[in-house]
Amino acid sequence: MQTVKMVVTGPFSSGKTQFIQTVSEIDVVATERKISSESERIKETTTVAMDFGRITVDDDLVLYLFGTPGQKRFDFMWEILSEGMLGFVVMVDSSRPETFREARRILETFRAYAPTPYVVTANKQDLPDAWETSDMRIALRLSPEVKLLPCVATDKESVKNSLLELLYSILERMEP
Amino acid sequence: MALKGNLRDFSFSQLLNLISLAKKTGTLQVHGLDKDALLSFEGGKLCYAQNSRNDNGLAAVLVRTNKLTDKQYRVIKNRAENIGDKELGLMLINSNYVTQYEILVSLKHEFVSTAKDLFTWSEGIFQFENNLKPSPDKISLLINLENIIIEGSRQLQEKERLEDEIPSLDMALKFTENPGTNIRNVNLSVKEWRVVSFINPKNSMRQIARTTKLNGFEFRRIVYSLIQAGLVEIVRPEGAEPPSPKISTLPVESPDEQKSLVNRLITRIKSL
Repeated sequence: MQTVKMVVTGPFSSGKTQFIQTVSEIDVVATERKISSESERIKETTTVAMDFGRITVDDDLVLYLFGTPGQKRFDFMWEILSEGMLGFVVMVDSSRPETFREARRILETFRAYAPTPYVVTANKQDLPDAWETSDMRIALRLSPEVKLLPCVATDKESVKNSLLELLYSILERMEP
Repeated sequence: MALKGNLRDFSFSQLLNLISLAKKTGTLQVHGLDKDALLSFEGGKLCYAQNSRNDNGLAAVLVRTNKLTDKQYRVIKNRAENIGDKELGLMLINSNYVTQYEILVSLKHEFVSTAKDLFTWSEGIFQFENNLKPSPDKISLLINLENIIIEGSRQLQEKERLEDEIPSLDMALKFTENPGTNIRNVNLSVKEWRVVSFINPKNSMRQIARTTKLNGFEFRRIVYSLIQAGLVEIVRPEGAEPPSPKISTLPVESPDEQKSLVNRLITRIKSL
């Protein structure tokens, strides 16, 4: 059995767990705990180790999706999770500009861990406060060649599109 | 869609930069802790500004720029309180109180001052309303944002640039092997000498910063100037293991097999 892995990362509460849940064929092995830090209490639980989803491709190939913990104090998990990844998705909550700087930091960190292809998803585009992707590109200082994809993590087609764009980038990288 | 947030998280310089690059037209309202401001933009240029601390009428602006006296201001306020800025401006020009040029220069100074003041706000809820223009009785200008952004965000830019240039303090420094340069002949400040005295490939920059009691910004600034002067270079600390190359791991090796594997993944994701 061959296995490949992709990592879904992003700031706290950007929608990583939901993203994986939407396409995983198994119940996501989520390691969520009640949040202890008041400053980060904008939702009840958060991922403390990793989320783990699976998509079986065929008898011989399985894709695993790993979600990184969102809270800063679990940064040490990132390098472990990034080991051997095929590519990564950086999720950003389009309605919370206060997390854009953190998203930028996470993106740079993962790029330093591994020079693999990546896409950035502008999640929660269905919320009224969501920023437009063109504004987010400027705010996140993303160069034009970086794929910034509008996304709603609860919508399967939207999540599929993000994963497909990442796979297309991986294919492009393989071209001589 | 909304463009709103807090200056605490998304600085005013970032916001102006965004408005300028996206050539936005609309009005930005900022509600600070004890003051408010409103700035209007046309095609990414500042066209109007006002704040809650001052009388923003044309007469008051002209007093602040010494084009009208306090007495003239009081007369105008008494007799022409309900006249809009455009009409008042025409009246003042026709009465030879001020020239059109003086009005435009005064307003430009006022608008730019209001914008610059916002750089000092560390907190404030902002909201940008697309296509909302200033009241028609107000006099609009078109002021490029570049200079305002450059001036207001110079320090912020410097900090970010230094972090880009020297992203990690876990690396070490060593003197360049340049026979034409002698560190003793270079004029250095006391802080710079303190840093220089610890430069050794065995010491990480973080250790030097800690020992010299410099914060990351100060330390990076000194190291950057030393690098720019060609005196030092960044090296991996002696004894540290080189990073293992981390390339994407595919369970197959030949390029054709790898492509086939990715295409299988694509087909599967499409079928979900």
